[in-house]
Amino acid sequence: MTLRASGDAPLVECRGVSKRFVRPLDLAARIANRFGGDMRDEVVHAVDRVDLAIDAGEVVGLVGESGCGKSTLGRLAVGLMEPSEGERRWRGTSLAGLPPAAARELQLKMQMIFQDPYASLNPRMRVVDIVGEAPVAHGLIRAHQQTEYVGLQLNRVGLDPTLMRRFPHQFSGGQRARIGIARALAVKPEFLVCDESVAALDVSIQAQVLNLFMDLKASLGLTYLFISHDLGVVRHVADRVVIMYLGRVVESGPAVDLFAAPNHPYTQALLAEAGSVEARKRTFVPIRGEIPSPLAPPSGCHFHPRCPHAMPRCRAEAPPLAPIGPGRMSACWLNEPDADPAAQ
Amino acid sequence: MNVVLDVRDLCTAFATRAGVVRAVDHVSLTVHAGEVLGLVGESGSGKSMTGYSIMGLVEPPGRVVGGSIVLDGREITSLSPGEMRALRGNRVAMIFQDPMMTLNPVLRIDTQMVEAVQAHDDVSHAIARDRARDALARVGIPSPDERLNAYPHQFSGGMRQRVAIAIALLNRPDLIIADEPTTALDVTIQGQILYEMQTLAQESGTALIWITHDLSVVAGLADRVAVMYAGRIVEEGGTADIIERPAHPYTRGLIDSVPSRNRRGERLRQIPGMTPALTALPEGCAFQDRCNRATAACAVAPPMTVARPPYEAQRVRCHHPLPDPTA
Repeated sequence: MTLRASGDAPLVECRGVSKRFVRPLDLAARIANRFGGDMRDEVVHAVDRVDLAIDAGEVVGLVGESGCGKSTLGRLAVGLMEPSEGERRWRGTSLAGLPPAAARELQLKMQMIFQDPYASLNPRMRVVDIVGEAPVAHGLIRAHQQTEYVGLQLNRVGLDPTLMRRFPHQFSGGQRARIGIARALAVKPEFLVCDESVAALDVSIQAQVLNLFMDLKASLGLTYLFISHDLGVVRHVADRVVIMYLGRVVESGPAVDLFAAPNHPYTQALLAEAGSVEARKRTFVPIRGEIPSPLAPPSGCHFHPRCPHAMPRCRAEAPPLAPIGPGRMSACWLNEPDADPAAQ
Repeated sequence: MNVVLDVRDLCTAFATRAGVVRAVDHVSLTVHAGEVLGLVGESGSGKSMTGYSIMGLVEPPGRVVGGSIVLDGREITSLSPGEMRALRGNRVAMIFQDPMMTLNPVLRIDTQMVEAVQAHDDVSHAIARDRARDALARVGIPSPDERLNAYPHQFSGGMRQRVAIAIALLNRPDLIIADEPTTALDVTIQGQILYEMQTLAQESGTALIWITHDLSVVAGLADRVAVMYAGRIVEEGGTADIIERPAHPYTRGLIDSVPSRNRRGERLRQIPGMTPALTALPEGCAFQDRCNRATAACAVAPPMTVARPPYEAQRVRCHHPLPDPTA
């Protein structure tokens, strides 16, 4: 992902970030180990040495199935979580070791819009406080300006400002999604991470919210990391697409090229499964197997147990993410010149 | 093809503080053996409630207040709760969105499946267990003999849904009602489940009502589609007709909202406004406030008519149906 068109430093960059969740051994296991047991900490590599660079004004779609680490990567990118390894950069400067005041100010530039419009709004707060709390707390506006300011924010996302004294439960799902967007935009961010932000919405409402995202991008010059499992949505909004499988990036590239000619077998399988309205009665060809547990990922390439082209090498060694074309990268041994898919 | 289910003018109403709400309003459906009917609608359109009404699973304050449901030639709206219980899981089965609604978390799979067989069939435990194993094998669960001894929490989400489907299949029902069974699943797992269901419907001749909000699932799976809006069926017809030549403005809007139907990066075509609350439906056509073809005539509720005579397979509830774009 270091291959980029522009020479400027990317707006947001994650370099070799990993996130491990560890469950330490309990007392019984530690005692068992004392007596020669072989118990280890349970470690989940939610994100495993991922590089991600997003240019200003770009929309990057992050795609994967549940448990692949896409939400964790989104949270790392926005700074909700500290990476176990690797560093984050904003416009080329490392975010590690910044003085707290500067870090807080930078943090305002990055905001997140969450998946569940029901769970991400405090049910006991009025909309005016949900949207207006952060700008007041961070000194962007004075407390007496809050009503007026929130009115502007609500207008921008297509909500009636006269509803600002209401509570979240008085709104429909689509309206709640808009409140979540207004809250994120209220602190004037430059970078938004949208984590499955339209997944819970009906199709007709989803179209309205996606249009709103694109209007806001045009009017405010926003940069998005758009996390979704819905390939149709990602194909529509994203300039560039990153595909994750079990904590690793398996393929990335410009959306048009990637959807036209997916390289990695997993991407190919995903695209084959993705339903389309165009399709008439068709035969579903299932991809084999289950998504493995991230607690015990397969050796070598994580996808090999489900891959139709798996070779002995795939079981032993994890393929590196290597360039395969202009702006495109893929992690698959099949792209090696000496690869022989016939060899089982 | 013989008719498995014939629903006429089904009405299900809920008594609420804001008055009586018709969640299902004069819904008529016919499903033939081996046929897959997609029942499409957005949240609150009454698609799930239609399924529950057919299953006799509507709970107070809801009540089926009118219409007839004929299953295998037998009227079932007048059946006693006991007779309905004998029918459910036997002639008609339901698969829910969340498989944990079907599965009891503290009982092993074999206990639950054997119980479901023996509830309707006087067979020995060994035979019931054999049938359970065969059903698990049919839905593609590897090593079904061992998996019979597992508890639901030992299965992944996709596998749980397969178990729920296997339970629905146990007594070889004539009709299965599937309420968004793949919505909570990942794309690759959804593909597997759709594949299993498609094969099952073809092989066993079971009729299938597939309730979903996802047009792309229906487009690939269903033979016929019925679109619901605010408790009413607004359009029905063959899948290709509905997708390629929708006659109702709502159906058209729904299809146009799907991202893959739009040019990449351009604004999505959207339906203005939002679904009205069932307590505050406009007089006449429920869609008129969001419809760009609405006229004064829409204040009178339109009847279900043939969309484009003389072609009779596509029916629509609209005073101003859209012309055929392919004609």
